[in-house]
Amino acid sequence: MATATASTPVRDTGIGALLRRRAVVKLLLLAVVAAVAVPILNAKWASGAWPEALTVDVSEPLTKASDWIIDNRDSHWLFTYFFGHISNAIVLSVRGVYLVLLAAGWAGVTVAAGAIAWRVAGLKLAALATAAFAACGLLGMWVPTMQTLALMVVAVLASVVLGMLLGLAAGLNDRIFRMMRPVLDTMQVLPAFAYLLPVVLVFGIGVPAAVLATVVYSAPPMARLTALGLRGADGGVMEAVASLGATARQRLLSARLPLARKELLLGLNQTIMMALSMAVIASVIGAGGLGDRVYQALSTVDVGQALAAGIPIVLLAVVLDRVTGAAGERLGAHAEDNSPLRGWRGWSIAAAVTLACALAARFADRLEWPTSWVVQIAEPVNTAKDWMVDHLYTGVPVVGGTADWAAHFTTYVLDPIRDGLQGLPWWSVLLIVAALAWVIGTWQTALTAVLAMAAIGVLDVWNASLDTLSQVLAGVAVTVVLGFAIGIAASRSKRLEALLRPVLDVFQTMPQFVYLIPVVALFGVGRAPAVAAAVVYALPAVIRITTQGLRQVSPAAMESAQSLGATSWQQLRQVQLPLARPALMLALNQGVVLVLAVVVIGGLVGGGGLGYDVLAGLARGDLATGLVGGIAIVCLGLMLDRVTQPTERRAKKGA
Amino acid sequence: MRVRTRVTAAVAGLGALVALSGCGKADMSKQASPYANAAGAKTVTLSVQSWVGAQADVAVAEYLLKEELGYRVDKVQIDEIPAWDALSQGRVDAIMEDWGHPDQEQRYIKDKKTIVPGGGIGVTGHIGWYVPTYFAKKHPDVTDWKNLNKYAKDFRTPESGGKGQLMDGSPSYVTNDKALVENLDLDYKVVFAGSEAAQITQIEQFAKQQKPFLTYWYKPQWLFKKVPMTEVKLPAYKEGCDADPAKIKCAYPHTPLQKFLNADFAKNGGKAAEFLKRFKWSEADQNEVSLMIADQKMSPEDAAKKWIDANEAKWRGWVPK
Repeated sequence: MATATASTPVRDTGIGALLRRRAVVKLLLLAVVAAVAVPILNAKWASGAWPEALTVDVSEPLTKASDWIIDNRDSHWLFTYFFGHISNAIVLSVRGVYLVLLAAGWAGVTVAAGAIAWRVAGLKLAALATAAFAACGLLGMWVPTMQTLALMVVAVLASVVLGMLLGLAAGLNDRIFRMMRPVLDTMQVLPAFAYLLPVVLVFGIGVPAAVLATVVYSAPPMARLTALGLRGADGGVMEAVASLGATARQRLLSARLPLARKELLLGLNQTIMMALSMAVIASVIGAGGLGDRVYQALSTVDVGQALAAGIPIVLLAVVLDRVTGAAGERLGAHAEDNSPLRGWRGWSIAAAVTLACALAARFADRLEWPTSWVVQIAEPVNTAKDWMVDHLYTGVPVVGGTADWAAHFTTYVLDPIRDGLQGLPWWSVLLIVAALAWVIGTWQTALTAVLAMAAIGVLDVWNASLDTLSQVLAGVAVTVVLGFAIGIAASRSKRLEALLRPVLDVFQTMPQFVYLIPVVALFGVGRAPAVAAAVVYALPAVIRITTQGLRQVSPAAMESAQSLGATSWQQLRQVQLPLARPALMLALNQGVVLVLAVVVIGGLVGGGGLGYDVLAGLARGDLATGLVGGIAIVCLGLMLDRVTQPTERRAKKGA
Repeated sequence: MRVRTRVTAAVAGLGALVALSGCGKADMSKQASPYANAAGAKTVTLSVQSWVGAQADVAVAEYLLKEELGYRVDKVQIDEIPAWDALSQGRVDAIMEDWGHPDQEQRYIKDKKTIVPGGGIGVTGHIGWYVPTYFAKKHPDVTDWKNLNKYAKDFRTPESGGKGQLMDGSPSYVTNDKALVENLDLDYKVVFAGSEAAQITQIEQFAKQQKPFLTYWYKPQWLFKKVPMTEVKLPAYKEGCDADPAKIKCAYPHTPLQKFLNADFAKNGGKAAEFLKRFKWSEADQNEVSLMIADQKMSPEDAAKKWIDANEAKWRGWVPK
C-alpha cells in the first residue's frame, strides 16, 4: 500500500508543489537562459536554419588529406612501413582462412560446423549447424558464404584478442576502467555506418578496410564484458587465493579469469554477432561475400537475389548465436560430463569424421558445391514480388496498397515532421534538446547533447541531419507505440510471451542489413521503407525490455492495488507503468539508438539524409562529404542517446 | 618490482615484434583481393558498374573468359570513381565501360602510370535530359531548354516542393545537373532517385499513368524501347565548355566509351588481357543483351550465352589463339 501511493506521480497542484519537482526547476532555469540568450543570438544571426556564419568548412582540408593519402599511399613511410603491413597481414590471413575453407570443400566445412556444434553445444545444434551450411550451398551461395566466413574468422579473432587486452587492462586497473568506460559505452550506441569512412580514408576500399571496421565495431563488447567479469570476481575467493600466497599472475589465471568465464563467453557471443552484422554492412566498402550480393541486388531492386544472399546471413547469425550461447550455458551449468566421449576423445572423433568427409569429397572430385544441387529461388521470388507489385501496391479495395501506405506515410508523417524540424529556428532546436536531456538526465548529458547538436550545425549538415532526425522520430514513435502495446500484452499473458519469445530471439540476432530486403519488396524505395526497416529492427528489443520491466513490478504493489478495488486498467496505468518507468525509459533509449542505426543504412534504399551523404561520398570517391556525414551521424547518435538517457545507465542489448 | 620487469619485458618484446615486421617495405597499393586466384585457378577481376549496359559488357566478357579461355572471373561492384582507385591498386583488373573521368585519367594514367587505356568498347554514350515522347508530342516546345520554366509546374512532385523535378539516378553517375539548373536559371530541383533501378522504377510508374516527367538519362539504354523518350535540347556542347564544373552551361558531350586496364595486368595478364583489349562490339549488340537482362529478367549469364551462341562471327576475333 505504502509503495503504491509513494511512487504514483504527485497529484497535488499549486506553485509550491510544482517547485518541489526538479524538472520544473530545470525548465525554469533554461527558460531564464533562453530569455537572455535568444534575443542576442537572433539579432546577430537571425533565426531559421543554422546560420552560415557559424559553420566551418572542413571539406577542403579533408579533400586535401584524402588526395594526399591517395598520392602517397605507395611511397610515404607511414604507409609502407606501418599501414602497409597491417593491410598485408589482413589480406594474408583472410586469404589463408579462405584457402583452408576452400580446401576443406563444402563437405568438410559443413561437417566441421556440425562437429564443432556437437562438441560445444550438443546434438540438436549440430543438426541445425549442418543444415544451415547445406542450405547456404543449396541457395548457390557457397563461395560468398565462405568469403564472409573467412573475413569473420579473422575479424573475430582480432576483436577477441584486442577486447581481452583492453578488458584485462580495465579489469585490473581502476583508472583505466574509469577512462575507458564512457568511451566503450558511447561506441556501443553509434551506428555501424559511422565506422566505415575513416578506415576507407586510410586503407582505400577493400577487404583490409572492411576487416578493420569490423574489429573496431565488435571489440568493445568483449572489452567491456571482460572488464566487468574481472571486476566482479567474488571478494572472498580472491582473498582466499591471496592468503594462499598466490602471485599476481596465479591470482589472475587461476581465480579471476575462470570466475569471469561466463562474462567472457557472453562477450564472445556479442562480439561474433556484431562482427557478422558489420561484415555484412562493410560490403559497401568492399568486404565482398554475402553482404556484397545483397548490396548488388538492392541496387538493382532485385529482391530475389537479395533474398538468396540474405537467407545464408540469417542462418549464419542464428547458428553462431545459438552455438556460442549454448556453450556459455553449458559452462555455467557446471554439470559433470560423464559420457565416454568427453574431452579429447569426443574432439578427436569430431576431427576424424570431418577429415574423412573432406577427403571423400576431394577424391570424389566434389570440392565445389555441385551446380546441379543449386535451387534457384531468385526467379520465383521475383515473380511473387511482381505479383505483389501488380496486386498489393496500389488500389487494393478498402485498405489501399502498400505503396499507397508508404506514400501517405511520407506525405502526412515524414514530410510534416521534416519540414517542421527544418522550419524551427536553430536555437530553438538546441533549447528543445537541452530541455529534454536535462529533464530526463543530468546537466552533463544535456551539455553533451547540446554540443553534439551544435557540432552538426557547425559542420554545415544541419538540413540533412534534421531529415534523418525526422525519420528517426517517426520511426521511434511507431516503435514505441507498437512495442509498449505488445510488451504490455505479453506481460499480462504468459501464452503470448511464450509465443513471442522464439520470434524475438531470431529477430534480435539478424544483422541490420537484412531488414532492408523485405521492405523494398513491400514498399519500394524511399524514406518510408527505411523507416519501416528501422521499426522492425528496433521492435524486438523494445518489446523485450518492456515485458521484463512490467513483469518485475513488485507483486505486493499489484496485490494491494487490487485489494483497493482497482480495475485491471487502473492497475496498469497507476501502478505498473509508473513503477516500471526506468525500464520503459531504457526501452525508449534502446529504441532510439536502434532506429537510428537502421535509418542511416536506409540511405541504400533511397532514405536520403545523412546515410545518403555517406554513401554518395563513397560512391563518388568524395570522402570529405562522406566523412562529414559520418561525423554528423556520430553527433546525432550521441545527442539522441544522451537526450533519452535516464540518470542511471543500464546494460545494453548487444547486437 | 616484479611487475615492472615484466612490463619492461613486454615492451621490449612488442618493440622487437614491430621492428621485425617493420623491416621490409609493404606496398599496400599493390594488393589483389584476398579471394582472387584461389585454388590455383587463373582469375580475372572485373569491375561491374551498376547500369545495365556495363553489366552486359561484363557478362559477355565473363562468359567468354570462362568458356573459351578457362579463366575464373570475379566480379566486384564498385562505383565509378572508387573503381579507378581499385584498378590502380590491382584490386580490379579491368573496367569495361568508362564514361569519361578526366581527373582520374590525369592522376592514374599520366602521373602514376598504374592504369593503361584498353581501347574503346565500340559504343558511344550520350547523357542528356529527356521527357517522355507522349508529353513532347502534346507540347512540342518543351524540347527546348528555354521553355522548360514554362512547364515547371507540370513536373512538380512532393519531393521537389514548389519547383519542377529533374530526376537524377545514382549520385555516383557523371552529372552536371545541379550546376546546369543553377547556371541556366531553371526553376527546377534535382532529386536523386538513389540508384538506376529506382529511377527506372519511377519512370515506368510515370509512364504507366502517362504523367509528364523530366529525367537525366543516357544512351544507349534499353529503356527507350519500353518508354520512348525525347531529348530536351540544352545549349550546344563545345570543346572545353565543361572545363569548370561550377560554370557549366552546355549539354553533355558524346563520349566514346573506354576500357581501362591495370598496368601490371595489361603487361602480364596473358590471354585474358589480350582478349579484353580486343573486346569491341556495337550499340545494337549491347542493347540486345541489356534488354534480355533488364526487361526479360534473364540472368546476365543466360543472356550472354544466348547472344554468344547466335553471334560467333562477331566474337571469334576477340579470342586469342
